[in-house]
Amino acid sequence: MIEISHICKKFGRLSVLDDVSVTLSQGQSIALIGPNGSGKTTLIRSLLGMVKPDKGSIRFNGQDILQGWAYRADMGYMPQIGRYPDNMTIGQVFKMMKEIRMAKEERWVVEANRDRGAGSCAKEGRSLDEELFHAFGLDGMTGKRMRTLSGGTRQKVSASLAFLFNPSVLILDEPTAGLDPVATGILKEKIQAVREEGRLILITSHILADLDDMVSEVVYLQEGRVKFHKTLSRLRADTGEEKLVRAIAQYMQITGSQQKSHL
Amino acid sequence: MRKIVKYVLLDILRNRMVMSYAVVLLGISLAVLNLEDNSAKALLSLLNIVLIVVPLMSVIFSTVYYYNSVEFIELLVAQPLRRVRILLSLYAGLAFSLLIAFGVGVGIPVLFYLHDVTGVLLVVSGSALTLIFSAVGVLGSVLMRDKARGIGFAILLWFYFSVLYDALVLFLLFQFSDYPLEKPAIVLGCLNPIDLSRILLLLQLDNSAMMGYTGAVFRSFFGSVGGALLALVILLLWMIVPLMAAMRRFNHKDL
Repeated sequence: MIEISHICKKFGRLSVLDDVSVTLSQGQSIALIGPNGSGKTTLIRSLLGMVKPDKGSIRFNGQDILQGWAYRADMGYMPQIGRYPDNMTIGQVFKMMKEIRMAKEERWVVEANRDRGAGSCAKEGRSLDEELFHAFGLDGMTGKRMRTLSGGTRQKVSASLAFLFNPSVLILDEPTAGLDPVATGILKEKIQAVREEGRLILITSHILADLDDMVSEVVYLQEGRVKFHKTLSRLRADTGEEKLVRAIAQYMQITGSQQKSHL
Repeated sequence: MRKIVKYVLLDILRNRMVMSYAVVLLGISLAVLNLEDNSAKALLSLLNIVLIVVPLMSVIFSTVYYYNSVEFIELLVAQPLRRVRILLSLYAGLAFSLLIAFGVGVGIPVLFYLHDVTGVLLVVSGSALTLIFSAVGVLGSVLMRDKARGIGFAILLWFYFSVLYDALVLFLLFQFSDYPLEKPAIVLGCLNPIDLSRILLLLQLDNSAMMGYTGAVFRSFFGSVGGALLALVILLLWMIVPLMAAMRRFNHKDL
């Protein structure tokens, strides 16, 4: 579904992405992990066209996205740090996003209940998924200005916006950072539900314990290079560990000792 | 695109800075127009104020506003929107709200008190300067990532166009005073939008007789219909070129 081939990006002299090639296929839930500064966020932002790579190409459903913009209608993005216009209220932000995303002929249909009949409203237009908006209790504080919100509430707004338009690709950058346990639970449940619908989900996180039951594949980035891209079951088999945390820790130890033996 | 302009406009019109800009301009215009009996003199005083204040406010406000809307821009860039449209909407909202403020502050009183060509010309050139300098402000802030540097650049540009440039021209004219400088003077006038609008307006007033032979050349050039049209085209270019440059840069920028 998304083919990233030979992407390079430098910020000044610092090479952030160095010949990264990954193929992300539909129906997978992919964890993008790596140490701080390994280029995870830059890779995600290039997918969204916010960062323009120096070299390489990114294809979404076969179309080059580096010049396009319409493909972003199929993407939902939850940034690491959600930044919104200070003076707008939560309600205004949601209203504006709906207005921007709504094509002239399309009409958004609000989902009345979660278990919609398959494609029942597909003909009328794309449906809105306001489940998180309600689950997080944002509907009770639509009058609050974005400036006054806490970090966690901002994360809730970002998450609700990412899921709102039923995108076929969800890109979540550190989704659970800053959320309280209840909200984390709600979000994890939502991610699992979406995963079962067969959409593509890309998650970065440092809280590896959270990822265990959410992902099917793991991409490990280090210093701007892809170190490995394996399915979770394969990774478990290779390392002999059940938990992702242990598996990654063991992988890092192995590669660490290999590097030492090279020296 | 119209939707984004709407949100930018709503945001700016709530801003106190634009409101006070309109009120201050209105106060100045009313004071000058009421205190001065001679309408030509009043217009001249008003012209001098407009030529200083309007570019300053336009360039600084658009720069500050751009940096304050970085979050908004980031939010929009991740949406299915063309980048060019995002920037154009931002510019349209900015320019339109500044135009409204200028219209309220200077346009309405001038057209109310002075019913002649010069009044209209003052309003037109003030509006042109608003459009030009907000485009320049947007260009500067797209080019520079750092807010302090961007605002410094905006102030420097304003200083260059309203003070330094005239000093440079004077210096050149004195240095080369042995040569016929009328035609170069026209070119030099076109290279600065503030000077160009000043020349256009002064030619409509009788004071241009004091500008000597150069004034006569200016009058024969800009006084004709073709010359006036050319001046208008140049002012338009002063708006379009910075805007195009800003869009080109913005299209390839990492956010």
